[in-house]
Amino acid sequence: MELFLHQVLAGIATGGIYACMALAIVMIYQAIDHLNFAQGEMAMFSTFIAWQLIQWGVPYWAAFFVTLALSFAGGYLIERVIMKPIQNAPILSHVALFIALFAVINSLAGFIWEYQIKTFPTPFGTHPLFGVGLMSAHDAGMIGVTVAMLVFLYLFFRYTRIGLAMRAAAANPESARLVGIRVGWMLALGWGMAAAIGAVAGMLIAPVVFLEPNMMASILLYGFAGAVVGGLTSPGGAVIGGVLVGVIENLAGTFIPYVGRELKLSIALALIVFVLTVKPSGLFGRSVVHRV
Amino acid sequence: MKQALLASLTSARAPYGRWLGFALVLLIALPLPFLVKNFFVFQLTLAMVYAIAILGLNLLTGFNGQFSLGHSAFYAIGAYTAAILMDQYGVAYYWTLPIAGVVCFVAGFLFGLPALRLEGVYLALATFALAVAMPQILKLSPLEPWTGGVQGIVIIKPNAPFGLRLNPDQWLYYFTLAVALVLFFCAYNLVASRTGRAMKAIRDNPIAANAMGVNLSLCKSLTFGVSAFYTGVAGALGGIVVQFVAPDSFTFGLSVALFVGLVVGGVGSIAGALFGAWFVLFVPNIAEHVSKGLAGAVYGIMLILLIYLMPSGFAGLLRLVLVRFASASRR
Amino acid sequence: MSPMLLEAKNIKAHYGATQVLHGLDLAIAEGGITTLLGANGAGKTTMLRSVCGMVRTSGEIRFRGREISGKATEDIVRLGIAHVPEGRGTFVRLTVEENLHLGAITRGDKHEVAADVERVFGYFPRLRERYRQQAGTLSGGEQQMLAIGRALMLRPQLMLLDEPSFGLAPLIVQEVFEILKRLNEREKVSLFLVEQNAALALDLADHAYLLETGRLVMAGPAREIREDENIRRAYLGY
Repeated sequence: MELFLHQVLAGIATGGIYACMALAIVMIYQAIDHLNFAQGEMAMFSTFIAWQLIQWGVPYWAAFFVTLALSFAGGYLIERVIMKPIQNAPILSHVALFIALFAVINSLAGFIWEYQIKTFPTPFGTHPLFGVGLMSAHDAGMIGVTVAMLVFLYLFFRYTRIGLAMRAAAANPESARLVGIRVGWMLALGWGMAAAIGAVAGMLIAPVVFLEPNMMASILLYGFAGAVVGGLTSPGGAVIGGVLVGVIENLAGTFIPYVGRELKLSIALALIVFVLTVKPSGLFGRSVVHRV
Repeated sequence: MKQALLASLTSARAPYGRWLGFALVLLIALPLPFLVKNFFVFQLTLAMVYAIAILGLNLLTGFNGQFSLGHSAFYAIGAYTAAILMDQYGVAYYWTLPIAGVVCFVAGFLFGLPALRLEGVYLALATFALAVAMPQILKLSPLEPWTGGVQGIVIIKPNAPFGLRLNPDQWLYYFTLAVALVLFFCAYNLVASRTGRAMKAIRDNPIAANAMGVNLSLCKSLTFGVSAFYTGVAGALGGIVVQFVAPDSFTFGLSVALFVGLVVGGVGSIAGALFGAWFVLFVPNIAEHVSKGLAGAVYGIMLILLIYLMPSGFAGLLRLVLVRFASASRR
Repeated sequence: MSPMLLEAKNIKAHYGATQVLHGLDLAIAEGGITTLLGANGAGKTTMLRSVCGMVRTSGEIRFRGREISGKATEDIVRLGIAHVPEGRGTFVRLTVEENLHLGAITRGDKHEVAADVERVFGYFPRLRERYRQQAGTLSGGEQQMLAIGRALMLRPQLMLLDEPSFGLAPLIVQEVFEILKRLNEREKVSLFLVEQNAALALDLADHAYLLETGRLVMAGPAREIREDENIRRAYLGY
């Protein structure tokens, strides 16, 4: 029983990482109605920028917020410059573009900063909480920041005009134009916000998994898993989904034979498939009702 | 006379244009192995293999509208089936193709069943899961006696039969060419048939298709199966051509490559698969030549440019050029 | 000479290689109800969409004397033109409340918005009952009402309606058209509607245009067209 509880706790700790990523993913999904496969790379690049600033002597929190601003601008620009030309193209072309972005950003990061792993500082300290070293102050801090972002996003989308305009622009761009919403700006805003959230995710994850160009690949996957399990229309669900994925991954790794590190990833994914077959819109997603 | 020719090339229905296309391809393809170096023959063969795999993906995604990022898994199953049959059971290489195809058909059909409930993004994720899981499953210890674990299986390249004066690379080239021609021909027929129309109807408007009597579940699962069949046969061929199968050859990166090949070649175009295969096989090499450190970035930029300039892929561009040419000569 | 609210001169439109509008001239007077009639495929919706900048055209469109051809849809809308599109265009995943608020999203006066929502309920009491429901669960008639309500929230000077009777039961259509008449009288909103149901439209409108395969074949006061049996039989089929 004790082992079980320990593993749950450890799972919540890793789940915090996935939850953070899942939040960024749901954010972009709400803005542009598809999943951005380059999201993880953008987050990784942002983290490198922060690292570089810190290397140049900039204090942590200053670097943090400057990186946020730069990431926001970067996301905004990517939408306006790279995505806008194909705004009317079919989804498959968009996905191919995301893949291209992934390749470009990953390669650039490797070229500029090389592939040796680097350490990234944490503002929360690494001393363990609850004894035995299963959850550190950083892990708890990460969950705290994720929840704070979640609350901010909820309030933003539910109660502000821009939030409503963004939701409308994503749901039905043509109708949104007909009420005077500048859809292009809304899309770009969504990208900017997603990039900023991704940057936060990256800067919180890097202290744990160490900074290198390929650090986000599997995390992105777990993030997708969490987002889908929780429901792509629900930011809260994404966070819970991310934590759930962390817990289940850990429990599966501990208690099921043969599932060593090899299959941990597959378990997470088997989870996605299972949840999707049983409840296609995710645990907390709002299913869309269409009257034919 | 010229106008009729051009009209037939650009018309989707007239078979003459297609036969002409086939003939042209054959004319260029047949003498090639004697004109170029062996390594290039190997690459051309691999291009045809990828073309078959991309065609499989096209049947599912381009013609039936089911988004798959998991085709590397079917490619892997096909490759391993062939490898295990040849290595452990001494089966002749030509028999491994249909067997691999059938195994993948069943796998695809079975995967297609639960996938029926998933749409768009969700289906993409589920297939993504499949693609990522496959290398890990192949590395599993209990399966090692068959799969050879991380080290994989080595295959011996077959010699030309009937004492033909061809080296193994050249023979494989012609063998692959024959298989590719047959499969492409079948694909054209499938797409033009009633089943093909049902497939496309499901892609364009599933509710209407259902209302007109198309059995959605059956058609979609069957399409998944056929698509997996094609990619599985490609995998088997690929394994024989490369002489080696190992788990890390079949990662998600392969699925991405197939997908990129699909978009670049032209979604919904059978001929496009060949263009897509060329892009996927040769452009990464070109990118590395341009800049070793920034190879990925160069590749990505080329892909972005292609998507901007050719939204319907190479095939779409070709069609546009032919149509313009046809209407210009009509005046 | 009183300036027209909306003037369109020599409007030509293409879909790919096919020409759909062959040089139309239209004018909409302030305060009135104008209708554009014609069979399926005549180009009515294309004309309406041209006003909003949703279809690229050659020719000139002026709103209150200002040239709006070539402007982006969202900019044209902000000048005071509301468009109720074909198929309603409701935000199906959002609630009725959110749909109505979206209509007013470009306005600066928040307190007036609440009052306007009440006014919309005055015209469409059914929407009040469904205030927090997802818009996609409303019936066709209710969605049409919601679409018109959303357009009203813009406080438009001109409202464009694309086939408001489409897919609605006759009783509901009557209700909607009566409300449109009241809107025009009380809110001083000029209406420009495209309709296939000629009888209804001619009953409501002051002025009518008749479109046949992209060309204007008739223009004049609605009463005249309605009372001329030859025109009715030749062009409108009744």
